Amino acid sequence: MEAAVFILSLVDCCALIFLSVYFIITLSDLECDYINARACCSKLNKWVIPEMIGQCLSTMLMLISMHWFIFLLNLPVAAWDIYRYVKVPMGNMGVFDPTEIHNRGQLKSHMKEAMIKLGYHLLCFFIYLYSMILALIND
Amino acid sequence: MDEFSGSVREDETERPRREIHLPSGNRDEEEGASWSTTEGQSQTTDERETERQSVAGGACCPVGHLSFPFSQPPGGPGPAQLSPSLAAMSLQSSTPEALRVVNLLQERNLLPPTPIPAPTPCLPQDLQKINCHPEVFRSTLTSIPQTQSLLNKAKMPLGLLLHPFKDLSQLPVVTSSTIVRCRSCRTYINPFVSFLDQRRWKCNLCYRVNDVPEEFMYNPVSRSYGEPHKRPEVQNATIEFIAPSEYMLRPPQPAVYLFVLDVSHNAVETGYLNVFCESLLENINALRGDSRTKVGFITFDSTIHFYNLQEGLSQPQMLIVSDIEDIFLPTPDSLLVNLNECKELVQDLLKSLPSLFEKTMETQSALGSALQAAFKLLSPTGGRMSVFQTQLPNLGVGALQSREDPNQRASAKDIQHLSPATDFYKKLALDCSGQQVAVDLFLLSAQYCDLASLGCISRYSAGSVYYYPSYHHQHNPAQVERFQKDLKRYLTRKIGFEAVMRIRCTKGLSIHTFHGNFFVRSTDLLSLPNVNPDAGFAVQMSIEENLDDMQVVSFQAALLYTSSKGERRIRVHTLCLPVVNSLSDVFSGADVQAITGLLACMAVDRSVTASLSDARDAMTNAAIDSLTSYRQSVLTIQQPGLLAPACLRLFPLFILALLKQKAFRTGTSTRLDERVFAMCQLKYQPLAYAMLMIHPALYRVDDLTDEGALNINERTIPQPRVLQLSVEKLGREGAFLMDAGTVMYLWIGRNCHPNFLTQVLGVPSYAAVPDNLYMLPELDTAESQRTRAFVGWLRDQKPFFPSLHVIRDESQLKANFMQNMIEDRTASALSYYEFLLHLQQQISK
Repeated sequence: MEAAVFILSLVDCCALIFLSVYFIITLSDLECDYINARACCSKLNKWVIPEMIGQCLSTMLMLISMHWFIFLLNLPVAAWDIYRYVKVPMGNMGVFDPTEIHNRGQLKSHMKEAMIKLGYHLLCFFIYLYSMILALIND
Repeated sequence: MDEFSGSVREDETERPRREIHLPSGNRDEEEGASWSTTEGQSQTTDERETERQSVAGGACCPVGHLSFPFSQPPGGPGPAQLSPSLAAMSLQSSTPEALRVVNLLQERNLLPPTPIPAPTPCLPQDLQKINCHPEVFRSTLTSIPQTQSLLNKAKMPLGLLLHPFKDLSQLPVVTSSTIVRCRSCRTYINPFVSFLDQRRWKCNLCYRVNDVPEEFMYNPVSRSYGEPHKRPEVQNATIEFIAPSEYMLRPPQPAVYLFVLDVSHNAVETGYLNVFCESLLENINALRGDSRTKVGFITFDSTIHFYNLQEGLSQPQMLIVSDIEDIFLPTPDSLLVNLNECKELVQDLLKSLPSLFEKTMETQSALGSALQAAFKLLSPTGGRMSVFQTQLPNLGVGALQSREDPNQRASAKDIQHLSPATDFYKKLALDCSGQQVAVDLFLLSAQYCDLASLGCISRYSAGSVYYYPSYHHQHNPAQVERFQKDLKRYLTRKIGFEAVMRIRCTKGLSIHTFHGNFFVRSTDLLSLPNVNPDAGFAVQMSIEENLDDMQVVSFQAALLYTSSKGERRIRVHTLCLPVVNSLSDVFSGADVQAITGLLACMAVDRSVTASLSDARDAMTNAAIDSLTSYRQSVLTIQQPGLLAPACLRLFPLFILALLKQKAFRTGTSTRLDERVFAMCQLKYQPLAYAMLMIHPALYRVDDLTDEGALNINERTIPQPRVLQLSVEKLGREGAFLMDAGTVMYLWIGRNCHPNFLTQVLGVPSYAAVPDNLYMLPELDTAESQRTRAFVGWLRDQKPFFPSLHVIRDESQLKANFMQNMIEDRTASALSYYEFLLHLQQQISK
């Protein structure tokens, strides 16, 4: 049972890692001018909700299986994702808005956010891996 | 500098006055040497700007590019390496006046009597002579700080304000087979490059050494060889190139104009349709374009009406599409027709249009669907869409709700609903921008129309917004006159199609925020489907790397556009500014008007993203921080009082003016649409007109004399002094004219001299001044001529038409006039003196 939870979280975490990398690649494409703002933002906006769902799934799993430390580790990021999604002003075309992305250094801040998430997910990946192996051994 | 002081209406004709054709001469083309740029490589629409560069050979000849007062070493460097003594000398000469300490609490008459000129950057005389004119390109700090930390210490924003497509009376136009550009950063050659020897030039933005192409060595103006630094491209900071075919993504588009008209009951009530049709009929031959010009019309209420104007029809045919959820074009062509071929049909349509809808009872308005239909019609070619709307769109896609709460108009706290309610108009504007369609919005309504959402359609498609609140053909004749004159300017002014603009800076500086009506397609490429001469732009910069071994930095704005005659042109403006490394030098070069303009743009952004009170606090803090920094770091002797350098003495006054501006004021009842429109104008207007909006000019006009008058076109135009905006200056015995940009008020004092009343206004006494007087009668007296000449001169300097209102104490508009008296105390705002005390208190904390 424990192992199953961790295997699931591991898979989820992998998906989140791939998603972070995709965000970083798309944003750096925009920076280097390989795609235009509209294409970039529509690509990224498509994956905002799946990312949120993935993160919340991981958090819920940890809550249900009562691993409090890892739950508390996941909670801030899930809360941030939800906050970011809810706080989009009505006139904007999603979290990534093509008219605003080149203003006020938003491109840089999105890039930084994606990098931080990547580092965080990698950390979580190793934690889940370790816990999964522990759980498998103890079974 | 006189070449730029011509009246705005004096358009540069399509055939420029100084056209220089440069023959191709000896041309060896290097095989395969086409350099495609790194810019604009986005997949959908990109401008692949390539250049074929010929090989340069031959011996070097040590020719210095600019003549300096001191001798230059052979093979000499250009302005990039000024001798230190020269730099010190030029800075010293301007330091005393700009840094003169002013105690704002004691000196009351700070406003100069004439309009404030832009500060001159302290560059050597010969560089400054050819520098770009400040009306076109202006920086908030005319001495650029060397490091970001120095800029942070100065606490002033660093940015540029441009007016790149301004109507210029003299513009050198160059037709050349090669346009010389830097190989790495693609900067156009400009007066501030340095020629290392005769055959090589060093870019002033990226410092790369480039070769001078063979044909550039020949100078057709002086018919000499071997003096590339005398060519017009290197002698003029503002220049226009005729672009060869490498600069075109597709064949240059024709001028296409589509008019989308609201014909609901409300619209017909206001009577704007008559004025529009008359105006277009009058100006139909003056529409900019050539033989390929196309026009089309769409009218809409709850259904969309198209007009088949095919040549050969006896009269225009109206096609009605009522399926507004899924709009389609009823016929594939002949909705947009060639103007020259179908002119009679178009004129017939315009004559019959007002009467067609006279009896309409439709109250609904399907603007969203009309815009979609118009976009479908224009997307194959691109062009300009002019939308006339008189009510809130309430049907179909893009329908809007009335969000304004009239009780919140005078709210002392935050104002809600400053941002769009829906992203429909933004999305549509981006679609339009992608197809090179610009949407101009004319809003003529008395009710709330949610300009915050509707304005998006123009903002991101490089269009412009015009607002005529409470427009009515009978009740509001002043607005009617303004609409007529504005329409005339709108239909006949110069226009550029499918344009892009790029602003480049010297290595080390980078642009991080843009203000204005355009879409930022990539890091510094602005997509402008239409460029018009009345649009201003602003950008904010930061210093990424220290500008350590540079004496000067340069900025270049290049605007690539298709003229209305189908010619692809590039207008290039280059500005050069010195770099300084001491805080007092940074302060001495501060341009208070440019700083105010940029702060206004930043405050509009802050109001929309955060809140209005945040923006107000930020503006006050800007004044506090910069004066604190001055006091702590620059001032050697600490005196009591509120001390400011002479160049920033008007800064608190302008900040107070911004806080009392319609866009940012709280506590006074302001309609939401008017507030949002004021915000749009602060971002859109070029600096000169924005400053009039922020701080109107007040003149006394009942004692105009010819002393110091200007003589323009054989008319004598009196030049009265500019007065402070305080009721102290308003005397009961005088008449005063306030120029507030889009509107002018002529206030008559109660005991005004009867001479003025009879000679200028044509009325026998004060009581007989009519209430709604909006025109000065044309009387044959000297005073009337002088007054009318002065008012006409003020009006000529603007591209829009300011309406004039004559007001007395009992007039309804007196409140509007008094609200512009910035230095006075009101129920909800501080007086100027109280504001200064507040600043002083905050600074000494």
